[in-house]
Amino acid sequence: MKNKIIVSTGIILSLFIWACGGSDSNNTASSEAPSSTEVSNDEKGIGSVKHVELTNPLDPAMIESGKGVYNLKCSACHRLTKEKLVGPGWLGVTQRRKPEWIMNFAINADEMLNKDATAMALLEECLVRMPNQNLTEADARNVLEFMRNNDGEK
Amino acid sequence: MKRIKSKGVGNALIILSILVGLTVSSCKNKTKSGGSDKDAAAKVYIEPGKHDLFYDFVSGGFSGQMTVYGLPSGRLLRIIPVFSADPTTGWGFSEETKPMLNTSHGFVPWDDSHHVALSVSGGAHDGRWAFINGNNTPRIARIGLKTYRTEEIIEIPNSSGNHSSPFITQNSEYVVAGTRFSYPMDDDNSNPDVPISSYKQNFKGTVSFISIDPKSGNMGLGFQVLLPGFNFDLARAGKLKSGDWVFFSCYNTEQANTLLEVNASQKDKDFIMAVNWKKCEELVKAGKATNKKVKYAHNVYSEVTHSATSEILTDVKMLDPKQFEGLVYFMPCPKSPHGCDVDPTGSYIVGSGKLAAIIPVFSFDKMIKAIETKNYEGNFEGIPVLKYDAVLHGEVKKPGLGPLHTEFDGNGFAYTSFFVSSEVVKWNIEKLEVVDRVPTFYSVGHLSVPGGPTTKPWGKYVIAYNKITKDRFLPTGPELTQSAQMYSIDGDKMKLLLDFPTTGEPHYAEAIPAELIEKNSIKIFKLEENKHPYVTMGEAQAKVVRKGNEVHVYMTAIRSHFVPDNIEGVKMGDVVYFHLTNLEQDWDVPHGFAIKGANNAELLVMPGETQTLKWIPERVGVSPMYCTDFCSALHQEMQGYVRVSPAGSNVPIKFSTGATEPVAAAPVK
Repeated sequence: MKNKIIVSTGIILSLFIWACGGSDSNNTASSEAPSSTEVSNDEKGIGSVKHVELTNPLDPAMIESGKGVYNLKCSACHRLTKEKLVGPGWLGVTQRRKPEWIMNFAINADEMLNKDATAMALLEECLVRMPNQNLTEADARNVLEFMRNNDGEK
Repeated sequence: MKRIKSKGVGNALIILSILVGLTVSSCKNKTKSGGSDKDAAAKVYIEPGKHDLFYDFVSGGFSGQMTVYGLPSGRLLRIIPVFSADPTTGWGFSEETKPMLNTSHGFVPWDDSHHVALSVSGGAHDGRWAFINGNNTPRIARIGLKTYRTEEIIEIPNSSGNHSSPFITQNSEYVVAGTRFSYPMDDDNSNPDVPISSYKQNFKGTVSFISIDPKSGNMGLGFQVLLPGFNFDLARAGKLKSGDWVFFSCYNTEQANTLLEVNASQKDKDFIMAVNWKKCEELVKAGKATNKKVKYAHNVYSEVTHSATSEILTDVKMLDPKQFEGLVYFMPCPKSPHGCDVDPTGSYIVGSGKLAAIIPVFSFDKMIKAIETKNYEGNFEGIPVLKYDAVLHGEVKKPGLGPLHTEFDGNGFAYTSFFVSSEVVKWNIEKLEVVDRVPTFYSVGHLSVPGGPTTKPWGKYVIAYNKITKDRFLPTGPELTQSAQMYSIDGDKMKLLLDFPTTGEPHYAEAIPAELIEKNSIKIFKLEENKHPYVTMGEAQAKVVRKGNEVHVYMTAIRSHFVPDNIEGVKMGDVVYFHLTNLEQDWDVPHGFAIKGANNAELLVMPGETQTLKWIPERVGVSPMYCTDFCSALHQEMQGYVRVSPAGSNVPIKFSTGATEPVAAAPVK
């Protein structure tokens, strides 16, 4: 319904501009507005991470880096237990989600919160949007290693 | 469904009729809208969510700040705190920013900013920095166009009323600072106690050349030129062939020290002064300048430590043009000139005598010839005065009343503002013929064409920065907003497109195409790069530390809680420093911090940044603190308490967040 109102207003606005002899509309648009039309159920989530090669055994250096990122950028909202603080506790997360989903969510939170069914459901539960904490793909990969370690993998 | 649909159409009809109404009324109202027509709305309309074409950096006048507007819409995008303390952002209130407002007179949290200069390379905008002057306590500030923040402020010694500033040379080598008031110089750090009536003997003027480091932008006091005691008003650097010169308008060559309104308007002509800065620079490098002892502050803000430092410096290199030939010349210019503007080719200097009925246009080539042939009409305190006729390209006859300032479109036309007759006049530089004029509402000061003072004007608009607003907007009592008006200049005739209100007297402004700088705008400060001495790198490091009677709170903020949010053990007599680190790394998620009874202001802390609020408790009890900038659905929950106990009590320092969960503050091992 809303859409129709917007559309008709838009037509009238453009008519108005046309009636005035054209507009110099070479200005740039920037739209980050949420558009939740299509919902994805891809269990790998949405983002640049298509496939993760898991280490076996775990890489201690990556765990250590991941811990650093966690302490600086994640621990404010996520406990390492099952307990929910602002966001869900991390214990068991590597069993609940695909590694790609975890990494995509860490580096592409905004799009996933608008389009990924699992992320959207989590938002309904927590009601605080997970912030974009500006992690690189390498950061996210290290955090994943840290999570696997937290979940008892060797 | 159907009912809602018809409501939608109803809304649309209402919008349509409003728009038609606007169009009709703007067509009808020709006189007051000054030639605006039905195209005007479409030319300034930027659809919601779309961006303007230009950034317009506008002086905030006596607010002491710089404002940023989008053009053509005239929408206010940001007020950048510069010379004045700003409670909204904590500028001048936080411990980190206080040093930025330090001067040789102590902490001066206000100024009167007049002119903006954008950095240039090869005479054209390069989009790196914006400079602005502080007129009252002479200062120049540099604003970074990545952060839109004031990065540096330098005080100008031997100056009073830094008005002809901060005009910039063609490769951003220097910004200039001419003293509006001449006064007894600060030799040996003292401004001597002399009778005011001894003006002619004891009062001197200076122009300063503030060097700009080509990489960092850092400013330094390059050198000063000692000049006769009169008033220096505006300036422009030459460009291309005149690139080695800077031109300054001078008035009160009568050297009056009282009732200047009358006494400084006696002579038929004052001067436009030409300074060969390249030659000055060579002499300074050759060690020919005299060292003078002065006192001035140099303040630099670091986006790495998120803190400012202020240093008081004491040396300046002074050149006396009486001792060196070829540095300074005067060109006679009618009637107390204000503008002295150089056209994009660097060939012509346009003088604007505030009380003149003509516009004199000087020729740079003729000036050089007159200098070579020593075609002087005399000298003023030992400085050669060139013959008016020898340097004149010609005069624009009967252009209007009270010319003030001129900008250029790069197509051979100049646009001059007329304060007394309230109009903008377009004229042909070569032919000296007026081709168009439009009224302004009211009493225009400076004009600005995007890129107008550069070798590469972007054209499209001329904006009139007006001195009087009167009835242009809804009345708001005796005090009204200041105002600007934008005209299109891409046709033969100038057309009024838009009025927009400004913050503080706008004086001068420079506009630059958005595409040149918008991509450089940063979104966050990276936490990993934060080197603030009191940074808290993650909640695990939050703590409260007592050092004697100082209590340092290492605090974090993230949507939507502080760590710590319960603090005990503060006592009367303590000085508490809240060092707040914003752990967010997402664009446009600042957190604010306020505590009851604080005698300064709030903090507004950008993602990845640390800022400090000093708080001296003045009563025993529990004080609330909270986040001031709405951050999430649970923003209203982002709060905490500080308990203040009597002096000498034995309540230990204690701090926590979510103390019902013992793991809350425990670091990961």
